[in-house]
Amino acid sequence: MRTLFSENILSPSPTPVPQRNPFELHFATASSLSHTSSSASTQSSPRQHDLLTQYLQQQQQHDESTRTSYESSSDRGHHVRRKGNPKILFMGLKKSGKSSVQKVVFQKLSPADTLFLEPTTKVEQTSLRTFTTIDTAEIPSHLTLDSSELDHQPLFSNAGAVIWVLDVQDEYLASIAALIETAVFLSEHYPRINFEIFIHKIDGLSEEYKYDTFREVRQRVQDELSDLGHGDRSVSYYQTSIFDHSIFEAMSKVVQKLLPQLPAMETLLNKLCSTCRIQKAYLFDVGSKIYVATDASPTFLRDYEVCSDYIDVIVDIKQIYGWHSREDNEEGGSVASGDSINESTVTLDPSGETYVYAREVDEHLTLLCVMGKGSTIRRRALIDYNVGILQDALLQVFKV
Amino acid sequence: MERVKRQKQRKVLLMGRSGAGKSSMRSIIFSNYVAKDVRRLGATVDVEHSNIKFMGNLMLNLWDCGGQDSFVESYLTNQRSHVFTSVAVLIFVFDISSKDGGSDMVSFASTIRALHEFSPQSKIFVLVHKMDLLPVDQKARIFQQRAIHVRATCEDEGFLGQQVDFWATSIWDQSLYRAWTQVIYFLVPNASAIESMLRKLAELLDARELILYERATCLVVTHITRGGEGQNPYTDRFERISSILKTHKHSMARHSGVMAAEVTFAEMQIKMGAFMFFITRLTENTNLAVVMPSDESSFNAARVNVQLARREFAQLDIVEKKGKDSQTTTGARSGLSGTDDMVGNEDGEGSTSSRVGEP
Repeated sequence: MRTLFSENILSPSPTPVPQRNPFELHFATASSLSHTSSSASTQSSPRQHDLLTQYLQQQQQHDESTRTSYESSSDRGHHVRRKGNPKILFMGLKKSGKSSVQKVVFQKLSPADTLFLEPTTKVEQTSLRTFTTIDTAEIPSHLTLDSSELDHQPLFSNAGAVIWVLDVQDEYLASIAALIETAVFLSEHYPRINFEIFIHKIDGLSEEYKYDTFREVRQRVQDELSDLGHGDRSVSYYQTSIFDHSIFEAMSKVVQKLLPQLPAMETLLNKLCSTCRIQKAYLFDVGSKIYVATDASPTFLRDYEVCSDYIDVIVDIKQIYGWHSREDNEEGGSVASGDSINESTVTLDPSGETYVYAREVDEHLTLLCVMGKGSTIRRRALIDYNVGILQDALLQVFKV
Repeated sequence: MERVKRQKQRKVLLMGRSGAGKSSMRSIIFSNYVAKDVRRLGATVDVEHSNIKFMGNLMLNLWDCGGQDSFVESYLTNQRSHVFTSVAVLIFVFDISSKDGGSDMVSFASTIRALHEFSPQSKIFVLVHKMDLLPVDQKARIFQQRAIHVRATCEDEGFLGQQVDFWATSIWDQSLYRAWTQVIYFLVPNASAIESMLRKLAELLDARELILYERATCLVVTHITRGGEGQNPYTDRFERISSILKTHKHSMARHSGVMAAEVTFAEMQIKMGAFMFFITRLTENTNLAVVMPSDESSFNAARVNVQLARREFAQLDIVEKKGKDSQTTTGARSGLSGTDDMVGNEDGEGSTSSRVGEP
């Protein structure tokens, strides 16, 4: 693949006047540099991934060694860095919406149907198999941390994040008190666990009241924590509702923090965005529609919504017309579609300037790009090529 | 289907008792409402008219008749001839959850009596609405009962079997699109001409399926299915596609901040290992969705061919108005086969850029 885009083809050596190459992208840098930089970007990216994957491997080895050393030093077992899959615990007062959040995000329950969920009575653990396995567990509110019923060691020792779901439409002061208790407990016993607060059911509040309440909750929690001497503990706050996309976005951020591959993926996406003039790129997990990584440009909920809805369109149409291959697979057992590229675009305006581009990375992950001005159809060959490189790199990152 | 001589403007009456859901379905289909938004609608006062232009020369003239008893009484008395003359289709909406089934039926009987008086040739679509309120296991049975009942009433009033169609609908799933697609298909005056042209196009493209739909409403006008696609297990795929595209439209509207009615996309492509799919504009008001086997070069050729076929379909609109049906179809065939040869020699990339080059 390097022969096609090698330097001597893209920039024929003794050309005094730089000619416009139809396949070349314009860069933010001076146009005279564009030849070298475009070839450099396509060339350097595979090397870049090598570096990243090496870094990752090193880090994992490092983790491995620290873990063994911890395990050998007897009683500090719970300080071990969590191993294996991301594990998320849901906590909160009763009827705050813990089960609803879990069911809507990970099990595709329709938000309207969450009305009929029964109260959870015991610790329920589920695991979701997508690009990686995500374990979730829900701790019902009557099991407090100091009760004998709850054996917290197996639950918390390998957890990555605890999500406290706070019903903002209820009297939330009681919830804040319980929350503080949990936060203190966690920072004393399991300081590595991320503590996340979902200020939930925010859809019921009016626009200006929303932010006020959000700020009030945050202020209260911070004050209480610093009074108790845990002010340095970082806590994240999210405004969520299961009736719009905010819950997916919040959950995305929670999951992202638990992925060791995140820095590598973000670097790759940043690189792609600057090379191909992409406004915003998301790496989606198709099953749960949370995004695993995105580039560094500012995130708008709107972009996320469009991409997420577009994935729905693709998945639905794929379901309707993909019945051929599914039957073949059931009969023959051989998957023929492995080598073909699954991609999709929707062009918004007739000029073809802005469009949304989707490409499957593997069966769970899909790359979605909102294309900006300047990446027209004519440049698609180059964009396709670059995305192909990104795809290979991502697969490598996940193989490690 | 037997086609009698029809006028260019097709008058469609939407009737039913108050609160049956007439304006709700009209808002969803024609005004891009989301199902949960219809609770904001108030009662319809008198008659609300809407005009919708469809494929070819079909202009839908929809009369949404308010269902409160005083209005209905005036339709049946002093406005009787005004309302019921030259009606192409009557859509009567029954609320299946209504407590007062008896007077619903009385109202229906007097409506079709008036209809038979002024437009005896018209077609009746009976929509049994709000089916989502019934328990799943009872749906079929209750619907059948109602259908038998209504059919008996129709025969009493002089409407024969094939003049009346029954559809179970709900605004919460695709069944609404299924029923309205049937209405539209019945109304399109040159459906057979359109279909024969589309079939030729489908053969040229070697497409598995073509779906022609109206852009604003996402209602499927007609479709062509070829070869093995007939065995597609999703027999409700056309309604599903209407519903998928409509949802996508709303999402785009939120994103770009314009009204849902104005949202259009220039082109959508989906390439999968098993099939390739694209949607593009065909005529002024319609889009064409093409499903074809997975092959990059024929996919690109197909895109260009559809674009070239636009002219032929536009011509269909004009020539049809003069009433020269047969000429267009033969012209279309020769025109299309010519373009296919030309495109066959081009490579994929070249044809793409020629597409972009056109305004």
